[in-house]
Amino acid sequence: MMQLSHAWLVDENPETRFQAGAGQTYRMVRALLRNPLAVVGLVIIIGLLIVAAFAPVLAPYSPIESNLGARLLAPSADHWMGTDELGRDILSRIIHGARITLMIVLLVAVISAPVGLLVGTVAGYFGGWVDRVLMGLTDVFLSMPKLILALAFVAALGPGIENAVIAIAITTWPVYARIARAETLTFRNAEFISAIQMQGASHTRVILRHIMPLCLSSTIVRVTLDMAGIILTAAGLGFLGLGAQPPLPEWGAMISSGRAFILDQWWVATMPGFAIVIVSLGFCLFGDGLRDVLDPRNRTR
Amino acid sequence: MKSLVLTNPAADDPWKRRRQQSLRWLVSLGGFAATIAMTFLGLLAITFVIGRVVPIDPVLAVVGDRAPQDVYDAVRAEMGLDSPLIVQFVQYVGAVISGDLGMAVTSQRPVAEELARVFPATLEMATLGILIGVLVGVPAGVLAAARQGSWIDQVIRVLGLAGYAIPAFWLGLVGLALFYANLRWVGGPGRIDIFMEGIVPSRTGLLLIDSMLSGDWAVFRSAWSHIILPATILGFFSLAYIARMTRSFMLEQLSQEYVITARVKGAPERVVIWRHAFRPIRIQLVTVIGLSFAQLLEGSVMIETVFSWPGIGNYLTNALLNADMNSVLGATLVIGAVFIGVNKVSDLLYRILDPRAR
Repeated sequence: MMQLSHAWLVDENPETRFQAGAGQTYRMVRALLRNPLAVVGLVIIIGLLIVAAFAPVLAPYSPIESNLGARLLAPSADHWMGTDELGRDILSRIIHGARITLMIVLLVAVISAPVGLLVGTVAGYFGGWVDRVLMGLTDVFLSMPKLILALAFVAALGPGIENAVIAIAITTWPVYARIARAETLTFRNAEFISAIQMQGASHTRVILRHIMPLCLSSTIVRVTLDMAGIILTAAGLGFLGLGAQPPLPEWGAMISSGRAFILDQWWVATMPGFAIVIVSLGFCLFGDGLRDVLDPRNRTR
Repeated sequence: MKSLVLTNPAADDPWKRRRQQSLRWLVSLGGFAATIAMTFLGLLAITFVIGRVVPIDPVLAVVGDRAPQDVYDAVRAEMGLDSPLIVQFVQYVGAVISGDLGMAVTSQRPVAEELARVFPATLEMATLGILIGVLVGVPAGVLAAARQGSWIDQVIRVLGLAGYAIPAFWLGLVGLALFYANLRWVGGPGRIDIFMEGIVPSRTGLLLIDSMLSGDWAVFRSAWSHIILPATILGFFSLAYIARMTRSFMLEQLSQEYVITARVKGAPERVVIWRHAFRPIRIQLVTVIGLSFAQLLEGSVMIETVFSWPGIGNYLTNALLNADMNSVLGATLVIGAVFIGVNKVSDLLYRILDPRAR
């Protein structure tokens, strides 16, 4: 009955909701794969996931154990990226650091996107003073300098990954609230919303089941585009000693520890930076491609 | 025209119409001022809340943990910590408005005084940075749009991506390793060579201008060699953004019919691009430049830390390491206020300059 074929997927008259959904996903993926830069981004992100998942297998040395006999060795066949001031293999630390970076971006996204979605949809759906209060709050947060605010929050909460995640999440949600509100306003007065309301659906149900799903795609695009910024902020906090604490192999903290040797042993501080640049670039490229597919109104030229 | 007169009874009286217009303008300005006030109040609320969540008990810090309960309570009352939070907040706002940001724990001097001392260094670097960003970014963006798909267009695209993906502090370190340690093209960390410190009298606090005013060119050269690398790196990030925005504004204009008309008329390409297409986007660029200047102030925190630049960002990170909360919040407040101020001023400029936004 159900065959996964090209014809079935692109059928103009889908018979089931599942077929329609699958067809839409199929078309989206095809459009995405036609964009070479987006594919590069996707490859980088998949690479990050693989490296993070198989870090203990891939890393040739321990990321934590020091080996003082092998301090500050230049890149060689044994240590592809050299060793740091405690004789730890930098490549192994970068591989393990992928887990920390991935965890930070995922946690920030999981915390801030739902908060932003909720605030934005509620403000857009109810309008009036609810809208004014919530959006006033959003605008205040939106007009603050993000990095400085995150710094101050971590300073108050104390250094550490969890607090860094909270601080970054506090500064990222307002953008999603704005986007979700704008989306909500476009179909707030649509007939399908009135139809559900007249069937007796509660406000909670309308927002959660009918409005939020429609705001999802533009929020996902924005979250993907923001990932690079989140990675940079997290690395910046790590660099200042406010994020992940030693001996954790967080990339920003690794750059910070290499700072003392930058003039003679350049590789200690430089190598983790390349990892940050590549991963951020991956999210930027993939996010751009995703926007072109999911959100054609804001297509870049 | 008749219907216009019917819908607007003031139209037959030009004076009345003008009064109405300026009234509307005033109301919108008033609303704008209210937004700014709310934003600043929000900033104060945030720093106030941050000051409250600090796990350090400020009373314990004064009396020590062996003080009897009555001494503790007396000091707590003296510090105003027993009054309701809203009263404390109002007191806090009042203190900040009167310029009192508390005492710096490490130096035992008023935070406001210390911030005033370090601010010119940040201003100098950020201004040079935005100059680089605008002077290179705007022409580059215009060229990229005029020759879409050419090498300069590709360079702008790559720069734009790099601006998003490269951590500023890392680029600073790489720049130091390359241009200072290896090539010896620029001076190292700090604002000036140590043996030249304090030679020229401080008038503006901006070393480049002070040394020029005194005519001391050796000091000027030293200051220049120290500022150029961090300012260029800061400028790079605003350049990437400004060029990308300029490019997309220009592309929008170049597809307009009046540009085609100008071309058909036989106007030279240079005139079409700079006189016809570039002029209308200048107003949009004001906003973009304001925005990137504000972001640049924020980015200077990282760059200053890397370059040991004695500005407000370096002050902030040092205070963070010393857990000196008064200084952290003071610096946050000042950077935040300047950030908001620059954004709002560019917003206001846009409203004043653009006839459509009036």
